[in-house]
Amino acid sequence: MAHDATMGQAEAHYTTTGLDHRKILMWVFLASDCLFFGALISTYMVYRSNVPTGPGPEIFDIPYTSVSAFVLLMSSLTMVLALAALQRGNSRQARLWLLATALQGAVFLGGQFYEFNVFVDQGLTITNSVFGTSFFVLTGFHGTHVAIGVFMLLTLVGASWMGRLKPKHDLTVELVGLYWHFVDIVWIVIFTVVYLIPS
Amino acid sequence: MAMLGGLLERPTGTTGIWSWLTTIDHKRIGTLYLVTAFFFFLVGGIEASLMRLQLAIPDSSIISANVFSQLFTMHALTMIFLAIMPLSVAFFNWIVPLQIGARDVAFPRLNALSYWVFLGGAIILNLGWFTMTAPAAGWFAYANLTNTTFSPTNGMDFYVLGLLVLGTSSLLGAFNFIVTIINLRAPGMSLMRMPIFTWMAFITSFLLALAMPVITIGLVELGFDRFFGTNFFVFERGGDVLLWQHLFWVFGHPEVYILILPAMGIVSEILPTFSRKPLFGFPVVVFSGLTIAFLGWSVWAHHMFAAGLGPVPDAVFATTTMAIAIPTGVKVFNWLATIWGGNIQLKTPMYFALGFIALFTIGGLSGMTHAAAPSDLQQTDTYYIVAHLHYVLFGGSIMAILGGIFYWFPKMTGRMMSDYQGKWSFWLVMIGMNMTFGPMHYLGLVGMPRRNFTYPEAMGWDVWNLVASLSVLFMIAGIGLFVWNALRSARSGEVAGDDPWDARTLEWAMSSPPPHYNFAEIPVVHGRDALWEQKYPDEEHAAPRPVPAGGAEEADEHHDIHMPSPSYFPFIVALGIFLLGITLLLYQAAAVAGYAAGAVGLILLLWGSYGWIFEPTD
Repeated sequence: MAHDATMGQAEAHYTTTGLDHRKILMWVFLASDCLFFGALISTYMVYRSNVPTGPGPEIFDIPYTSVSAFVLLMSSLTMVLALAALQRGNSRQARLWLLATALQGAVFLGGQFYEFNVFVDQGLTITNSVFGTSFFVLTGFHGTHVAIGVFMLLTLVGASWMGRLKPKHDLTVELVGLYWHFVDIVWIVIFTVVYLIPS
Repeated sequence: MAMLGGLLERPTGTTGIWSWLTTIDHKRIGTLYLVTAFFFFLVGGIEASLMRLQLAIPDSSIISANVFSQLFTMHALTMIFLAIMPLSVAFFNWIVPLQIGARDVAFPRLNALSYWVFLGGAIILNLGWFTMTAPAAGWFAYANLTNTTFSPTNGMDFYVLGLLVLGTSSLLGAFNFIVTIINLRAPGMSLMRMPIFTWMAFITSFLLALAMPVITIGLVELGFDRFFGTNFFVFERGGDVLLWQHLFWVFGHPEVYILILPAMGIVSEILPTFSRKPLFGFPVVVFSGLTIAFLGWSVWAHHMFAAGLGPVPDAVFATTTMAIAIPTGVKVFNWLATIWGGNIQLKTPMYFALGFIALFTIGGLSGMTHAAAPSDLQQTDTYYIVAHLHYVLFGGSIMAILGGIFYWFPKMTGRMMSDYQGKWSFWLVMIGMNMTFGPMHYLGLVGMPRRNFTYPEAMGWDVWNLVASLSVLFMIAGIGLFVWNALRSARSGEVAGDDPWDARTLEWAMSSPPPHYNFAEIPVVHGRDALWEQKYPDEEHAAPRPVPAGGAEEADEHHDIHMPSPSYFPFIVALGIFLLGITLLLYQAAAVAGYAAGAVGLILLLWGSYGWIFEPTD
């Protein structure tokens, strides 16, 4: 095992724009991801008022979901604080903020899991109407993004504990942050389109 | 992390099968793409030949209706996803880093991953042939023909899973080339000094990055319907079958430009080289490409005129479709003006490029006739459409790709292909292609429907069907000769030298084949056609100046150039993705096998990813 193995293999290279390759890669990926969500949100918009059987959008508990949406939005704040702490050179504080971000993501996921269970109990399943189908697949797709984000955050926390996340790796944290903020912003759109705008 | 990353040392071999499995050199990955995709091009050609065999005479029963449906579906999928796209990507890999003066792509390991994931997807898509249950609902896979009632075999499962895996590969490749072209250009190479092929690769990569997600979501929805009983496209439970058509063609039309823009880039490199003139109106060609790509997003419903969207959408989409003819026509005139007054060298690549212009123009014009919705209603689902799309995809993309292979073959192998045999292949393919697809215009206009496995006598279709089928022999001969020419020349062709065509762009600046680090010194670019400017600094007819840009003979002096070592992890991650891709299929066959494949796939994916992240830089 070479001793210089580190997160993300930061190395100074000439680049045309002066930006790191990985930063551009993340932005391009996020642009592409917009189209993933765009296609799913379009599907939901087509199907939202099409409820031949089973419960419809009246099933939503807006106050409950607002709370979990709030938790997810606040996690963006802790994500920013984590990056700022690392850039100040305070690895320990960065680790705490990263952990806090991951925990808030986990709370959101737990909330979604509970919400799905309640809906299924009330008779809304992924198979009994196109409304259910498109609702569960859209929010589930977003939940999968959050879960992957939590996974990456916990990886950073683990790396930090092993002393492998140093201030010079702030770009790695910044990129995970970009992804995390994107997932938050998408939830603002989904929350508005799915829960707030009446069909 | 030692457990994760250090289980395997970074491999170092440069020969043998392990060196190919672990290579992250863009040139070797380009070769892998080229060989694999050309193999699938031949497979797709066999599928097409079998269909022409069946259609040679009326009321023929050599091939059953069921197998015929599998053949036309797999022919389209193979030619689009396993031949033309990866052949274009092979050129992106080989040529783009050389043209922009880079030592490799921005993410060499991600590049290797793209290839191995592509190979996995290609295998999944073709699995159906082993049980004769290949996809049979057309490459467009219209709902509800694709549900478990109307497609009860695993065919559409192979379709969904294969295309999902292939889409992953395309996205990774597109991201990589966007970053490479934005961020790895040599000093001085501004965007408007970038070679035209690289420009088209750049535009195509954006199209891929934005179009693949849409089909991916469509495939996920179809997959959920088939595997988990959801209702996205189940009409009886509120599903909208037109939604699939919209999702498919929102991807499908940009996909058309994904297939043709790289070909246009190749032709735009060949024409100036063999006319010994710069590309006429370079900025206009670039902006035409951008305009085509942009407008390509606003025309998808012209594939759906027959679906009955109503007069307003039909009129709008007819108009936007016709608008695309403007930038396309501009390009054609730029190519003609490039040749005009040039010192034309009629070598084989030039033949293919000129053939491209002629055939693509015919295909473009027939395309305009079905941009008009009322006229399209007469033509849709007939052989007229088959004729049109083969003029743009065979006459366009494939002619350009064959020309591109011939053009860059000396750079890739260090040896020339035989020009004499090359011209024979050109004429055989050219004659075969026109005699096969030309009569289909007529057959379509007199009403012969496409995708039917046979046709009755006395419809007046016999003669031209026989002509079309017999002419396939010309194409088989032409392509066969081309393959033989390439195989023979790779071993014993005339030695090429660095710059056999006296070309204009930087890939001709280093030895052939290039050293693994490409450029001993990263060049500084002072203008468009960077190599030409270095060779002919003063006036057009001055003697060429030798250009020291690094070569094999200098290799010993440059052993200190740091290139990243090969890596096992791209292959491991791709294997994980492949196993996850077939998990649901295996689960349906035997639950245990499904769990096993899923678990192993997930472990490989995670182990590969963590190993990748923590892999030592050397």
